[in-house]
Amino acid sequence: MQSDPAEVKKTVRKYFMIGAALLLFTAITVAANLIHLAVPLAITVALIIATIKGSMVAAVFMHLNHEKKWIYASLMLTIVFFIVLLFVPLLTISDTFGTHISAPGAPAHGESGQERKD
Amino acid sequence: MNIPYTVETRPDTGLANGKLGIWLFLASEVMLFGALFSTYIILRTGAAEWPHGELSVLLGAINTVILISSSVTMVMAWASLKMNEWSKHRLYLILTFVLAGVFLVNKYFEYSEHLALGEGPWASTFLAIYFTLTGLHGLHIVGGMVVMAYFIGPGAKMAKTSPEQFTNRIEYTGLYWHFVDLVWIFLFPVLYLL
Amino acid sequence: MEHVAVPGKPTGEHAHEHAHAHEELGFLWKYVFSQDHKVIGIQYAITGLLFLFFGFTLMMIMRWQLAYPGRPIPLIGGLLGAARASQGIMLPEFYNQLGAMHGTIMVFLGVVPLAVGGFGNFVTPLQIGAPDMAFPKLNMMSYWMYFIGGVVMLASFLMPGGAAQSGWTSYPPLAVISDGQTWWLVGMIFLITSSLLGALNFIVTIVQLRAKGLSWMRLPFFVWAQLVTSFLLLLAFPPLEAAGVLQLMDRLAGTSFFMPSGLVVSGRPLTVSGGGNPILWQHLFWFLAHPEVYVLILPGMGIVSEVIANNTRKPLWGYRAMVYSLIFLGFMSFIVWAHHMFMTGMGTTMSAFFQTTTMIISIPSIVILTALLLSLWGASIRFTTPMLFALAFLPMFGIGGLTGLPLGLAPSDIHLHDTYYVIGHFHYVVAPGTIFALFAGIYYWFPKATGRKLNDVLGRIHFWGSLVCINLIFAPMFIQGLAGMNRRLYDGGQQYTHLQGLPMRLHIWIGMAAWTLALFQLPFIFNFFWSIWRGQPVDRNPWQATTLEWSAPSPPGHGNFLTEPVVYRGPYEYSVPGAVKDFTPQFEPERA
Repeated sequence: MQSDPAEVKKTVRKYFMIGAALLLFTAITVAANLIHLAVPLAITVALIIATIKGSMVAAVFMHLNHEKKWIYASLMLTIVFFIVLLFVPLLTISDTFGTHISAPGAPAHGESGQERKD
Repeated sequence: MNIPYTVETRPDTGLANGKLGIWLFLASEVMLFGALFSTYIILRTGAAEWPHGELSVLLGAINTVILISSSVTMVMAWASLKMNEWSKHRLYLILTFVLAGVFLVNKYFEYSEHLALGEGPWASTFLAIYFTLTGLHGLHIVGGMVVMAYFIGPGAKMAKTSPEQFTNRIEYTGLYWHFVDLVWIFLFPVLYLL
Repeated sequence: MEHVAVPGKPTGEHAHEHAHAHEELGFLWKYVFSQDHKVIGIQYAITGLLFLFFGFTLMMIMRWQLAYPGRPIPLIGGLLGAARASQGIMLPEFYNQLGAMHGTIMVFLGVVPLAVGGFGNFVTPLQIGAPDMAFPKLNMMSYWMYFIGGVVMLASFLMPGGAAQSGWTSYPPLAVISDGQTWWLVGMIFLITSSLLGALNFIVTIVQLRAKGLSWMRLPFFVWAQLVTSFLLLLAFPPLEAAGVLQLMDRLAGTSFFMPSGLVVSGRPLTVSGGGNPILWQHLFWFLAHPEVYVLILPGMGIVSEVIANNTRKPLWGYRAMVYSLIFLGFMSFIVWAHHMFMTGMGTTMSAFFQTTTMIISIPSIVILTALLLSLWGASIRFTTPMLFALAFLPMFGIGGLTGLPLGLAPSDIHLHDTYYVIGHFHYVVAPGTIFALFAGIYYWFPKATGRKLNDVLGRIHFWGSLVCINLIFAPMFIQGLAGMNRRLYDGGQQYTHLQGLPMRLHIWIGMAAWTLALFQLPFIFNFFWSIWRGQPVDRNPWQATTLEWSAPSPPGHGNFLTEPVVYRGPYEYSVPGAVKDFTPQFEPERA
């Protein structure tokens, strides 16, 4: 951690450079969107760019590139559980991808409902 | 009574209490937004078709630029303190606060436009997750603004009485703020572009 | 009861004089909005105990309906009002409210606040040699958020439509269209926020404020347990907070996060956009609720470990193995949750994944239980009142854990899911498990908090009566469950022919045992309040224990320790060969 003012001055330039890089990547991501890629590819590209941007914010602005062990360890643990939360529920319903979720016995989406007698 | 390591760092961990505290808080926030991203994924894969072009890419991109700029000004607010430049610190902190305000004003215009057309969260799962994700994010912006207002206003006294502790608190505020920016960096492409 | 009186004659020490100067605080700031971890701990403990008693009362009323379905409730039947019990006979809606709130109150307002908020707050800073928690103001706010959440939950009974009726699990679509859930969701948001702030406070305190010489492997097992518990709370609660917001939006803003298309209610199609997924709620809910059950048990294991080490006059067997098991258990607890969802139609691959992780997670539990059992071998056991409860914990938790195995395997879970077997299983772990551990903790640490001991005769009556009754309540439930009796039936299964005879008759015995259990809590309640003023005064280390909290005065003053504590050895140096006393405290310097 920089506590020495001269050190901090050097990092100030870095902050502005990273800021500019972030704005550039924002432009890239909007431009990439204008090229109509197939959905899976579009998602991949967008997420890669976002991850690059996010990593810059985390590493430089949030000083994560020289933090302490306890912080790294807590964050690693969190990331693992974050990935589990994002993808495991999906795997349990993966057989319903792309189909509209309806109540069993309900009419198909878009048709008028029939009354169900219970 | 004095709680140790409030300002100075503990030798074996290298941390002050507040630094560990704010990172743990951010870890919990990762899980909070994670749940909402998981919701997005499940709702989208569960839909036969997913809307495109309903949101204004221009407004979203402008807001992204605003938030990134505010991250730069926020880290500069802390760096200025480290370099003992008080007036620069005030300038950057106030600028961050103002940029945050502009972000919220833009969101207000966005929301009003949709609601005027009857496009509320009740209208589709896309709009539901859009309003919820950006709404919760917006609440976090408000929270950040409250904290900044405190440090611009009454909290600034501590810079005289306990300068190191004040600098630490600005750093922690910055960490929170960068996290809010980070979430938006993912929200923008996910909601507006994909 | 928000304020705390800690009278009781302190021992010869002047507990409130100490080297640190501090301004005299007014009553409000000293006892109501206190930032002292001991006061906050006692606030949590007393509020938690009151909620435990209230949640137990709800169950006692339910037990009447289950034992004698359709018969008017004695004494209070007429007082409940026509919306709850018409002519004194419980209505199904009210039964469901009692069920949902019993679970919610016991878990979120009773056990966790007592185990983590109460014991965690009071004991942890003392055991690590700290003057207080890392963030005292945050600690105070955590308590009051809990209090507000509790008030909201209680108030929900008086709202139009009554309290939540869709189980503590609040599954949509039913929960979204039923009455009462809105207040439940709002209450949960307060409770979750309280827990998150508390968890963060614990972790920072334990990492940063350990005394000089208190390395990780010299930490009392209780503190390790609170540390892992805090990580569970910190990382597992946020998804439920998010889910709660989503369900609130489904209820109030008409969104369809959890509402599938084509839902028809009472013959009319719901006018919502549809496209939502009820299973999404289950995932977000159980992502928290599974780690939550470890939040329920780990502090109890921590307490039992302290009491056993102290009353066997031996170090704990396998301390290191216990610590590693604890950490492994905490990690695994995040990847087993869908064993609560085997019946939701997931494919065999995912089902196999969750069955595997569930079987694996039983291993660290067994290691901890076995280590505690082996700690008894060759020991000179002192059968003090806390030790009775701690000893009973072992076989009771064993039964609870073992009965979980058929539930964790999908083929057997198909038959047992949502039956009384499940109720028997989890109550064994929480009731004669955790709650007994919490009683052990109260009898053990009461002298530190008040300078007086609880009466032993009353303690023994409390113990034996509770042990017998609690087994009579929950053991028959395994039989009922195996016979196919479903959970949450407002008439206890009266309407089903396959449940006539023994399964239904058991409801009567269970009810009797429950009402008797309540009677056996009276000696404890009397003992608790009587001993605060009239209990036998004791010195600062009445149990001749080795951990740091026993070096502070009883009760400790603001700032806890008169001189800065230093730790010289591990936490359980009992019966050290060659030592004069049969215990060598952590805080005693080496002899010259």
